[in-house]
Amino acid sequence: MSVAVAPQQPSATERPAARLRAGRSRQDLVPALLFLLPAAFGFVTFYAWPALRTFYLSFTDYSLLAPPEWVGVQNYAEVLGDRRFWKSLTVTLEYVVINIGVQTVVALALAVLMHRLTKSTLIRGVLLLPYLVANVVVALVWYTMLDAQLGIVNSGLELVGLDPVAFFGETSTAIPTIALVNVWRHMGYTALLIFAGLQSIPSSVYEAAAIDGASEWRIFWRITMPLLRPVLVLVLVLTVIGSFQIFDTVAVTTKGGPIDSTRVIYYYIYEKAFQQFDFGYAAALCVVLFVILAGVALAQVKILRAGDSDLD
Amino acid sequence: MTLVQENPTGRLAAPSAPAQRKPRRRGIRWQRALAWVALAALVLLTLFPFYWMLRISLSDNRALAAGAGSLLPADLTFGAFRRVLGLATLEEARAQGGSGASIDFWRYLWNSVLTSSVITVGQVLFSAMAAYAFARLRWPGREAVFFAFLTALMIPPIFTALPNFVLMQRLGLLNTYAAIILPFFFMTPFAVFFLRQFFLGLSREIEEAAKIDGAGHVRIFFRIILPMSAAPLSTLALLVYITSWNEYFWPLLVGQEEDVRVLTVALGIFRSQTPQGSPDWAGLMAATLLAALPMIALFAAFGRRIVDSIQFSGLK
Repeated sequence: MSVAVAPQQPSATERPAARLRAGRSRQDLVPALLFLLPAAFGFVTFYAWPALRTFYLSFTDYSLLAPPEWVGVQNYAEVLGDRRFWKSLTVTLEYVVINIGVQTVVALALAVLMHRLTKSTLIRGVLLLPYLVANVVVALVWYTMLDAQLGIVNSGLELVGLDPVAFFGETSTAIPTIALVNVWRHMGYTALLIFAGLQSIPSSVYEAAAIDGASEWRIFWRITMPLLRPVLVLVLVLTVIGSFQIFDTVAVTTKGGPIDSTRVIYYYIYEKAFQQFDFGYAAALCVVLFVILAGVALAQVKILRAGDSDLD
Repeated sequence: MTLVQENPTGRLAAPSAPAQRKPRRRGIRWQRALAWVALAALVLLTLFPFYWMLRISLSDNRALAAGAGSLLPADLTFGAFRRVLGLATLEEARAQGGSGASIDFWRYLWNSVLTSSVITVGQVLFSAMAAYAFARLRWPGREAVFFAFLTALMIPPIFTALPNFVLMQRLGLLNTYAAIILPFFFMTPFAVFFLRQFFLGLSREIEEAAKIDGAGHVRIFFRIILPMSAAPLSTLALLVYITSWNEYFWPLLVGQEEDVRVLTVALGIFRSQTPQGSPDWAGLMAATLLAALPMIALFAAFGRRIVDSIQFSGLK
């Protein structure tokens, strides 16, 4: 402490005001570097360097046993012709569309309901609860509840005269099931994000609408939605990027099956890298995933005009 | 505003002049009732699976099939909890319809507590130090370095997981606590960003006064900045703890062995172990509930703070 700061002390007592203005950026450099040191070490070691390294590995053949061998764009060429990759991409897209579609609608409804009905912290807290327990826990609870023989959901279906469904066990239902399970986990959290946005809308706007006798439905479409758009864009960008990274639920329930129907891109990369130890190819898949995510985020911001608010 | 507080039902009345709305009162009351029903249904949907975890974990496996339609525990027993907590012998466990799969719950619990605690202490302290450098100190290149930190937010975890795994393997750290802890120990971009936002808003006056009194940066940081930031620091600590506790992907890669296995990884393995053919549902749900319980308890204690923090990070 004293080492870094000692030179400042005489000048600080002599001419405090002048010292504060002049030459400040230099004087703070050494302490700044010391304060930054641990975080910078973590950043370089576990974020920046590995990110560059993955990019490099994507141009190599690497299986952990021998040093990486440069192969140029061969991995990428292989990715383009890899049917399992394209399958995993479509499965992931199907997941994202169902997950985000349902989740956004439910969360928006929840947020508007809370905004118009109650400020209860208890209700908000309860709705947040699923988000605070692990993905693994959520997956296992629903795996139990949706079991073909013993699950409560199938007991319910039976009660209304429907045939039992093997939710996780059929190619047609597995991905929608996983998508909806994660809607359950995230809907309260997403609703709270939207709710925060709703609270930033000035209440005078609603007062004016009420005086004009506008219906709730009309208020929602003409006032809430336009004013909420910037927040919705932010929420969508965040949730879509998160949604593409679905892994935990698949890993503890279906493990990619039945017949590839839930092998999402993240799980496919995991298999390539950590079960087949084909690190070069897995790295190329990582880069492709990153490019897709960046593209999707940019497209969303562009299409939804994130920057400008209607509130002016 | 006063209108809201005086409302005897405690509900938030639509902010409007009541007189204007008289003619449409009936329609509005009907709409509000319907809205309450929808909200209640969603709250029920949120809570039901938690109840179901409890119901199955208190049931007897052999009775589950027959009592599948019942909402109460089938043949109420604490057998599943006894199995999971290692209080029942293997024979007892088998007789109760346990799978015979072992789950060394106390060890996994300790592993989760240890790794999450160490990560939380390191990450919050070092991120706070970095945030102080970004928010309160002036030095050349500050904005550029901060921007570099922020870009890490955009990188999916699997992108860095491959080289990080290789690094751990090279260092001989696979299946050690260090491997599970290290990547999250020094910083996460979110933690730095979260605290920087708060530090930026702190008044400079006290800091300047301390500086004139001859206090150095270390003293200012520990004696002024940290105490003034107790609320956001504890909120961040909570969020970091919960995130670490729930982390599955990274510990799955580097910490599968019994000695260092954390609860999430253990649950995944327990679920795929079925030596007797059919899964031990009651045991699985008992273990799951016990794994989720610390988070539910944390939430019960600090719920309001967590709810508020989500609004904060959402608003930025």
